[in-house]
Amino acid sequence: MSSILTAVAVICAINTALAILLLIAEALIVDTGECRITINGEKELTVNGGRSLLATLKDEQIFIPSACGGRGSCGLCKVAVREGAGPLLPTETPWLTPEERKAGIRLSCQVKVRRDLSIKIPDELFSVRQYSTKVEDITDLTHDIKQVTLKLLDPPEINFKAGQFIQIEVPPYALTDEPVYRAYSISSDPAEKDRIELEIRYVPNGICTTYVHKRLKAGDTVTLNGPYGEFGLSDSDSEIICIAGGSGMAPIKSVLLEMARAANPRRCRYFFGARSGRDLFLADLMRSLEKKLPNFSFIPALSSPQPEDRWDGETGMVTEVVGRHVKDASRAEAYLCGSPLMIDACVKLLREKGMPEDKIFYDKFA
Amino acid sequence: MQELGFFAILFSAVFTNNILLTNYLGMCSFLGCSREIKTALGLGSAVIFVTAATSVLNWLVYAFILVPLDLVYLRFIVFIVVIAAFVQLVEMIIERVSEPLYNALGIFLPLITVNCAILGVSLFMVIREYTFTQAAGYGLGSGAGWALAIVAMAGIRQRLAQRSRIPRGLEGPGIALIIAGTMALAFMGFNGMINLN
Repeated sequence: MSSILTAVAVICAINTALAILLLIAEALIVDTGECRITINGEKELTVNGGRSLLATLKDEQIFIPSACGGRGSCGLCKVAVREGAGPLLPTETPWLTPEERKAGIRLSCQVKVRRDLSIKIPDELFSVRQYSTKVEDITDLTHDIKQVTLKLLDPPEINFKAGQFIQIEVPPYALTDEPVYRAYSISSDPAEKDRIELEIRYVPNGICTTYVHKRLKAGDTVTLNGPYGEFGLSDSDSEIICIAGGSGMAPIKSVLLEMARAANPRRCRYFFGARSGRDLFLADLMRSLEKKLPNFSFIPALSSPQPEDRWDGETGMVTEVVGRHVKDASRAEAYLCGSPLMIDACVKLLREKGMPEDKIFYDKFA
Repeated sequence: MQELGFFAILFSAVFTNNILLTNYLGMCSFLGCSREIKTALGLGSAVIFVTAATSVLNWLVYAFILVPLDLVYLRFIVFIVVIAAFVQLVEMIIERVSEPLYNALGIFLPLITVNCAILGVSLFMVIREYTFTQAAGYGLGSGAGWALAIVAMAGIRQRLAQRSRIPRGLEGPGIALIIAGTMALAFMGFNGMINLN
């Protein structure tokens, strides 16, 4: 017994000594001192070097969208770096097309700030802010999707376009040692500036979804940043085809609420795919929108309806249902939100129906 | 066994008992990083530094912690931990001192941690019961021997790439392995000058 204890103690002692040595070395060696970051040739920041560009910019209240929180696994945090980034890293190459490489696009979570940098980011990212909010309400939409209503505290209002998303900060808890950020589409009407709604589906062991489903309760404070994203209704008058599945309902709902408020006369069909009756939600709201918008129809589709659902609507995969309803899509626009598999299948189908690729807009849930 | 001095052991570790060419340890980075002399030199010097430092450190840890406490069986874990910490240190230093070298070494730098030549040196010195000076000489010598082998290999490959037409089926690792074998044969010529075992 005592020999086991000595063994453990010795290993611990050696490891601690080495860890302390490394920490001292890191403090002495890695800090590269102050670096200047020039943004869009105008704004200039003076920051401490040694960390990733993404993290450094976040400390300066400039939020680059990133769904994975800086692990290099989502490929969203692209930034054009004109000077000072160093050569492309193997962790970045899978995310960049040859054109992007030529244009100096890099993943900001992989680029380390080592010297003065000159970067270019879209102007709208300057309007991205950090918000502190309070949970006003959490309701079950289905057995695994919750609707979370957040009341904005500071700043008290948010301006966003229907279809955009925000990032929630998940504080450290049992599943994570450091704050992580996860992106969710806003599902409420942009006219409601003092609160936002999110629809969050539970993923077993998902860091953010577990936090929201098992821990968060009304009255808690939540930090978020945003809004981000280009997903949203175009300015044309062509027909609209929306296709969503699961919590992909969120951005589409926001777009529809805005259309209802503006009494938008465009023809719009919304196909919503679910497995069975218990996965279908907000159908009443959609029916009431059908009354407000004369050219809107909601077409839910169940892929495997259960006997107790007494389902008399469309059945089959959402792509099959779209295929049955839409004959010629060459003059329509499509807005998709759902799993990557669903998106890929829908894009393929719509292309077959004659829709040009640049008329298909989507957010993929990674 | 006759007692070998620091320099004798250093010399023999470089030439007669080259850890790479007689024990075939550390082959992966030897093959992966030997395309250019410059990179090979960089990796070689990093390996020299790490082997020299870790053999001394590991000897101290072994003699003053593991043996008195009767924990010799922990040597594998302890040696690897010490090596890993040292590689981290070297990585920080190289990143600070020479960024081009840091980028050129790429993944092979953290991979020094699992370079079996380095763990091999620590284990050999323990098995052969070296004294402290001998261990220091052996560590430095083995590192230098490994560096010599990879630099020589890089020189040959660099020249091959410029001048020779290699049969298609042997390009890349194929020809590298043949060269490594030939080099090992050449180094066998030194064998017998000093016997380490």
